[in-house]
Amino acid sequence: MNNAVVNGAAIRTEQVHRHYRMGPAVIRAVDGITLGIGQGELVALLGSSGSGKSTLLNLIAGLDRPTSGAVHVEGRNLAEMTSEELARYRRHTVGMVFQAFNLVPSMTLEENVELPLRFAEVERSERAARVREAVERVRLAARLAHRPSELSGGEQQRAALARALVNRPSILLADEPTGNLDSRTGEEILNLIAELNQSGMTVVMVTHERALAERYAHRILFLSDGKLVNDGQPL
Amino acid sequence: MKAHDLLDLAARNLRESLLRNSLTTLGITVGVASLVAMLSLGVGLQELVGQRLSRSGLFDTIVVFSGQEGRRADPGERRARTGTSPARPLDQQARAEIEKLPNVKEVFPEVRFVTAVRLGSESGARYPMVAGLPPSARENEAFDTLQGQFFSAPEAEEAILQLDFAKDLAENPTALVGQELVLQYAERKPLPEAAGGSPDGEDWGFSVLRREKKLRIVGLIENEPYAGRNFARGRVFIPIRLAETLNALQPSSLRDALRTSPARPTYNSLQVRVTSPTQVQATQDALKKMGFSTFSILDATRNLRRFFVIVDLFLGIFGSLALAVASLGIINTLVMAILERRREIGIMKALGASDGDVKKLFFTEAAVMGFAGGVAGVTLGWAIGRVINFGTNIYLRQRELPPETILSVPWWLALAAIAFAILVSLASGIYPAARAAKLDPVQALRYE
Repeated sequence: MNNAVVNGAAIRTEQVHRHYRMGPAVIRAVDGITLGIGQGELVALLGSSGSGKSTLLNLIAGLDRPTSGAVHVEGRNLAEMTSEELARYRRHTVGMVFQAFNLVPSMTLEENVELPLRFAEVERSERAARVREAVERVRLAARLAHRPSELSGGEQQRAALARALVNRPSILLADEPTGNLDSRTGEEILNLIAELNQSGMTVVMVTHERALAERYAHRILFLSDGKLVNDGQPL
Repeated sequence: MKAHDLLDLAARNLRESLLRNSLTTLGITVGVASLVAMLSLGVGLQELVGQRLSRSGLFDTIVVFSGQEGRRADPGERRARTGTSPARPLDQQARAEIEKLPNVKEVFPEVRFVTAVRLGSESGARYPMVAGLPPSARENEAFDTLQGQFFSAPEAEEAILQLDFAKDLAENPTALVGQELVLQYAERKPLPEAAGGSPDGEDWGFSVLRREKKLRIVGLIENEPYAGRNFARGRVFIPIRLAETLNALQPSSLRDALRTSPARPTYNSLQVRVTSPTQVQATQDALKKMGFSTFSILDATRNLRRFFVIVDLFLGIFGSLALAVASLGIINTLVMAILERRREIGIMKALGASDGDVKKLFFTEAAVMGFAGGVAGVTLGWAIGRVINFGTNIYLRQRELPPETILSVPWWLALAAIAFAILVSLASGIYPAARAAKLDPVQALRYE
């Protein structure tokens, strides 16, 4: 691992563990991972199912807390934050995209994208412009009044991407963003993510598609049984 | 999250499960309606009794005596007054001072005397008790059934007759209105010095002169106002200021002759009417400080008020039972909402909603249901009250009794019921809101 990157990283984990207890058994979902991700990097987390990629992403997203170790994002240790501070961090610092899109079905695309602005207490007068800016970035401005059920899978993922961008975060976390999409639509989404990365946004992406990871990521981190087994440049 | 966003999201969520939330709100509506109906019965009865008592003029009236009179009349008063300001005479100056006290509506002496009365056209006389009435007597319930009109002025030379007495005067009493009534009474006139009177010295006295006064009959009433206060029933009523100017010989005149000089006449007692029964205590205190003794029957109503508080409490408890059942409905609805919206809660948390935001959202949903149920419940309770009043009045009319308001929903009861509904709903939301706020976002996002 590149120590220079670890020390000056936007995201840095130190011996981070996340263990779950299931009856007498202890599941070591993340088992002592230390890594650093530099500002503006596009990093892919690769590994088989159950290797701990999503758990590590959730720890970086502040959705989960480590059993031990530290997760530093932009200089702050998430493990020491209160739940209120973590919520604020999720609101302003990171944007998340999921495999299942996770749009609220009863809301239109516009309302879904506006939702994080409500939590961030952005003034009403400012919201319409922010929503428009986000949907234009993912080229979905024509579908603002549609509900998720009226959108294709690719459009739903682009809507989720717009929602992740609307609070102008510095880090984008994507958990299998192409997992529910066909290969062509998946590529469109990854092209969008790469564009965002080129504009300076740090991107951490969980995927199991090695080919896509090698094509788009600056770095690929291989996880197996909760451990980081390889940290390398794509071929 | 800002309040308007909370309300907006809460309303959206409630609309999503419209039928279930409407049924829960209906439960609150029935609970609040039962509470309002029960309490409005207590309030209505209390108002009914209170109005009767208040309009009787007994509860906003203080009887004032000179300090000396009060000491004889009430030993308790004497004990209470020991060591306070000295007793002072109840004269014209004192009356003027009392009239200036805050919240005092009117001050007047009691004037009652026996006269010979005949109709202008007849010669046969009758000997009824004449009583002076203050202008405020118009508000007394005795005048609810007034035939004719009230006195045109406090000093008008007019009379109102009690109906039985009027029947004694004429077969058709209503025909008496507008006719002339001749009053023959004994006037009390201070003796001049030449006749042995010496108003400024040790000896004084008065002569009794037979006088006549012609009055116009303006109205008829069935019962004497303030009847409970006097032993001798008044039959002819005249304006109080006119009664005072007549200076008629009264039963107490002999005692007055021994006690007070004609140069400085004093009153046996004065009736002080205040703006509302709540002002009685403060005015009594002020009068005592001025050196007078007082009496009011407000103390007698304290037990009555205690009785109504207990009645209201019991009615409130029974009425609240339905609301308690409704609160279980709210808990059930919100717990179901957590199960249904588990993933949505996870999404909200992933997008930056704090535990507090989630908690507030569920509380707002509970409060919105409480508010809607409260408003609808108050409306329903009010409607139930109107139906009961309507039915009761049909029954009363059949019994030839005047209509009454049995159930009353004052604005404070309506507001309190809505506030209580919101409070109960919020209390019901505590457990579901806490449970929703504690949801692990990772687990919630995995929920299918």
